[in-house]
Amino acid sequence: MAIKLPIYMDYHATTPVDPRVVEAMLPYFTKQFGNAASRNHPFGWEAEEAVDLARKQVAELIGAGAKEMVFTSGATESNNLAIKGVAEMYREKGNHIITAVTEHKAVIDTCKRLEKEGYRVTYLPVQKDGLISLDDLRSAIGDKTILISIMTANNEIGVIQPIAEIGAIAKEKGILFHTDAVQAAGKIPFNVNEMKVDLVSVSAHKMYGPKGVGALYVRRRNPRVLLAPQIDGGGHERGMRSGTLNVPGIVGMGKAAELCKQEMASDTARLGALRDRLNERLHKSLDEIYINGSIEHRLPHSLNISFAYVEGESLLMGINDVAVSSGSACTSASLEPSYVLKALGAGDDLAHSSIRFGLGRWTTQEEVDYVADKLITVVTRLREMSPLYELAKEGVDLSTMQWEVH
Amino acid sequence: MAYSNKVIDHYENPRNVGSLPKDDPNVGTGLVGAPECGDVMKLQVKVNPQTGVIDDAKFKTFGCGSAIASSSLATEWLKGKTVDEALAIKNTEIVAELSLPPVKIHCSVLAEDAIKAAISDYKKKQVNETAQPAAQPTV
Repeated sequence: MAIKLPIYMDYHATTPVDPRVVEAMLPYFTKQFGNAASRNHPFGWEAEEAVDLARKQVAELIGAGAKEMVFTSGATESNNLAIKGVAEMYREKGNHIITAVTEHKAVIDTCKRLEKEGYRVTYLPVQKDGLISLDDLRSAIGDKTILISIMTANNEIGVIQPIAEIGAIAKEKGILFHTDAVQAAGKIPFNVNEMKVDLVSVSAHKMYGPKGVGALYVRRRNPRVLLAPQIDGGGHERGMRSGTLNVPGIVGMGKAAELCKQEMASDTARLGALRDRLNERLHKSLDEIYINGSIEHRLPHSLNISFAYVEGESLLMGINDVAVSSGSACTSASLEPSYVLKALGAGDDLAHSSIRFGLGRWTTQEEVDYVADKLITVVTRLREMSPLYELAKEGVDLSTMQWEVH
Repeated sequence: MAYSNKVIDHYENPRNVGSLPKDDPNVGTGLVGAPECGDVMKLQVKVNPQTGVIDDAKFKTFGCGSAIASSSLATEWLKGKTVDEALAIKNTEIVAELSLPPVKIHCSVLAEDAIKAAISDYKKKQVNETAQPAAQPTV
């Protein structure tokens, strides 16, 4: 089978909507267009019924009860609602929040805003493998700690944090625990009770559902979590999130969650094998390439590699028929290399040389082989024109050289 | 980000990639930038001592496509110029030739710095050469 170009290998950024999901959504745009809050006619009842089913489907993906799911516009809103909602509601109990330096901006920047409002936030460092240290977590906890927010899997490096262990610590100390599970939900087994999590953010478009819809799990018992709503209005979603429900989007999210649950085992096995194949091919032909983050505690479809002595953007330019992301400064608006990679302590130069590969439901072995071969060619070519590679081959230790930082 | 055709051409067919013997008294080497900033350029010129004209120029660059293109273009322009003419090359000319967007202007600045560094290294060698012919050239 001929390969169709360009190849999409950026499934961490977003995923295409599964055709089965689109099919489930379609009637809710036209024929069954009712407002789920309309209580006195069949248009509303149909919509409400569809939302109830979706609520159950999303809840089952993470081992929750349907009544514990609050639909939102996406995970950014879910993260904002969880953190700001808890901070405001439990202000009298305390003002301290613990999170990590490698969290998504939707968590970090939410915490930064709270700091301006008088909250205290601890940003836990991560170890070389991208994992937080549980000892660090324990020692950060104080009398005023009201919330721990640690993501399940990282969006850049795919590293999976020890969620069950963190949950146990939070439970023992009586602190609420929120996790941004956007990259993990639907990809790896997740259970709110086994992991003792109180709040979970998920997004539809990372699991083959539509953009613009997400959910927040809010625990209802042991303990019952209370949130101060961040959007006021008609009191939808048990008063936690006002706004007319995005019925087609929610239906799509439900269907996407159902499919992920059904196909998780086979998808995981298939993508894990393809990811390992990509990694092995690259390692076989190229020296001095480094996997960023733990190999063991990692999403099966995820790989982040630094190609030493080659700058990320020039690498992307050489593989312009492959859609991937780089931690290079040049690919971001800020001209700063990835803060996640910097947090691993790998050095800015390796952050500039990194590529994130995200495999997904429609990735084929032919695509993986094409990407590997192309990368090997381009990295080799760029190293031939890299002064750093030349210096390294001459035996110069680049870290001891005096560079004129501009 | 969309690249200009000229940047793509230099990226795909870089001119004068390589290295000249850095210990040659007629070769000047400039190494500018820093790995943690995401770009490092090495630019070398070989000057004909009789005429003062740059006979050859080579580069190696670690950096984005625009950085590679800026240094590749610089080596093209350097060949056949006298040392003084080379020093007159301005980064704005590189920006114009390659249609670099504002966010990539630093690449052209780095290329100008590399030219100046290479020529300064060459001149330093010439002084050393006349003063103490046996001295090891510094890089």
